[in-house]
Amino acid sequence: MLECRWELLPHGADIGVRGIGSSKEEAFEQAAVALTAVITDPNSVAAKDIVEVTCDAHDDELLLVNWLNALIYEMATRKMLFSRFEVFIDQGSLRGKAWGEAIDENKHELGVEVKGATCTELKVAQDQEGGWLAQCIVDV
Amino acid sequence: MELSRLQRRAENEWWIAPYGKMRVPAVIYASESLMREMDEKVYEQVTNVAMLPGIVKASYAMPDAHWGYGFPIGGVAAFDAEKGGVISAGGVGFDISCGVRTLLTGLSLADISVKKQQLADALFHSIPAGVGSRGKLSLNEKEMNAMLTGGAKWAVGRGFGIREDLERVEEEGCIPAARPDEVSDRAKKRQREEMGTLGSGNHYLEVQHVAKIFDEKIAAAFEIQHGDVVLSIHCGSRGLGHQIGTEFLTRMAAAAAQYGIELPDRDLACAPIYSPVGEAYLGAMRAAINCALANRQIITHLARQAFSEIFPKAELPLLYDVSHNTCKVEEHELKGKPVRLFIHRKGATRAFGPGHPAVPEALRALGQPVLIGGTMGTASYILCGTEKGMELAFGSACHGAGRSMSRHQALRQWRGSEVVQNLAGHGILIRSRSMRGIAEEAPGAYKDVNAVVEAADRVGLARTVARLEPVICIKG
Repeated sequence: MLECRWELLPHGADIGVRGIGSSKEEAFEQAAVALTAVITDPNSVAAKDIVEVTCDAHDDELLLVNWLNALIYEMATRKMLFSRFEVFIDQGSLRGKAWGEAIDENKHELGVEVKGATCTELKVAQDQEGGWLAQCIVDV
Repeated sequence: MELSRLQRRAENEWWIAPYGKMRVPAVIYASESLMREMDEKVYEQVTNVAMLPGIVKASYAMPDAHWGYGFPIGGVAAFDAEKGGVISAGGVGFDISCGVRTLLTGLSLADISVKKQQLADALFHSIPAGVGSRGKLSLNEKEMNAMLTGGAKWAVGRGFGIREDLERVEEEGCIPAARPDEVSDRAKKRQREEMGTLGSGNHYLEVQHVAKIFDEKIAAAFEIQHGDVVLSIHCGSRGLGHQIGTEFLTRMAAAAAQYGIELPDRDLACAPIYSPVGEAYLGAMRAAINCALANRQIITHLARQAFSEIFPKAELPLLYDVSHNTCKVEEHELKGKPVRLFIHRKGATRAFGPGHPAVPEALRALGQPVLIGGTMGTASYILCGTEKGMELAFGSACHGAGRSMSRHQALRQWRGSEVVQNLAGHGILIRSRSMRGIAEEAPGAYKDVNAVVEAADRVGLARTVARLEPVICIKG
């Protein structure tokens, strides 16, 4: 069984997020953890409150962009950070849950806020071993 | 960048002749050393932009160009609506109308030196900055729409600043034909608590001193002299602009397919200027420009209040306010005839030359002040638009240093507290809620702004007037 994980990709002005998992859903969940890691250490964010989001798109790649943008919107308007995610994808429709807490500058070592997800380096794909990867550059 | 694929037309001018689907050439203005350091992706992106319908003359990249999404950051491109020209959300950027404004203080470095700490604290406490910060005013729907229509003019009307400020802002503080009704509820909601906030990342409020004057005559007209203290603000349209950028990137990707526009890169998503999506974006983007102008106007007011706590007699008149992520309708001369063009500047500053009617009357004979942001440890610059620049790239110049290192790499290389301590050793006070943010923004992670400005000056995009060095930096 493939171990799911997230990575940040170096990029000149911005930063890339990458999620890796044994399913597309898991890769999307991990990409969301990477999104939090751009802003702060995900381990410092308690999974206290739940926020539900939905989005859809014609293809998996735009669905990833829309999923990340939905989370960016929730973070910005609720002034929250998220650390745990659950994603269900059914034919281009995504239902996601995000657990997190209010931003607390005493608790969270804050880096930079994310403005939006882009289509640069955008990729949602399955490798030969069946593992999934979901990545894109986010504008900060 | 591998230089063998480019044709060097002049010392700081590099051409890519049209090939494949390019409709016009691509031109990069930079010195040889900046070119060698420049990301290979700039070549690809400046070339891709040259393939878009209705592009006029050339696709340009400024000396500080780097890898963006769709357009390079530091990209300039003009489109003719009458020839099927397009408008692109990726050609403006997510932080619509991000820009720099500089205020004079009438004080010298000697005047502020004993009260530097107090001034830094007063500014830090007055200006909301950083991830998740909230502004001091919240706008209801009616006020939000009034702000999106009125820009800095709206802000002045609400008591943030003085009427004279508006003469020194591009579009006199308010871009016409903004369409608040084309701005989504989500974008407005994202902005509700973010008016008068600085944001994070490379945004800042800085107290600077004039370290060197390059052009005495223009400096005198700009009312700056060696040793003067000025205050600069770098920020944009906050959550509202980001949300508009996000939403239209997707909408335009669909529209491009509908209009049969072939996109070499999805982030180049665009729509014909004369199309429902193109017109909707124009209206929404203009509302975001007004939002950015209002935001910088409110921050100006807060900064003046903080300044007056420490220096009660100080007045802080506005030198100028520039935006470096925009698409504006301008008249330019093409083959001897005036043509109405849609000029995209993404990470590029408008730099109108002498005599241009858009330049404030008091400065018109000289040209537009061009404000170039630096990093908290290096320098910022004041330049002036030139006649030559009007021909080189539709009156445009660079916008800043540009990063040379990723945030991740910077975080591994520096500790925020060390950066703060090191800068204190150079007499620069940093105030920030985030040590991680400071490390990511360490001056060493940026390109040499001096080299960027020197190239812009040498090629003639703008003329160097003064170098500013930081004294106090409030970081998001």
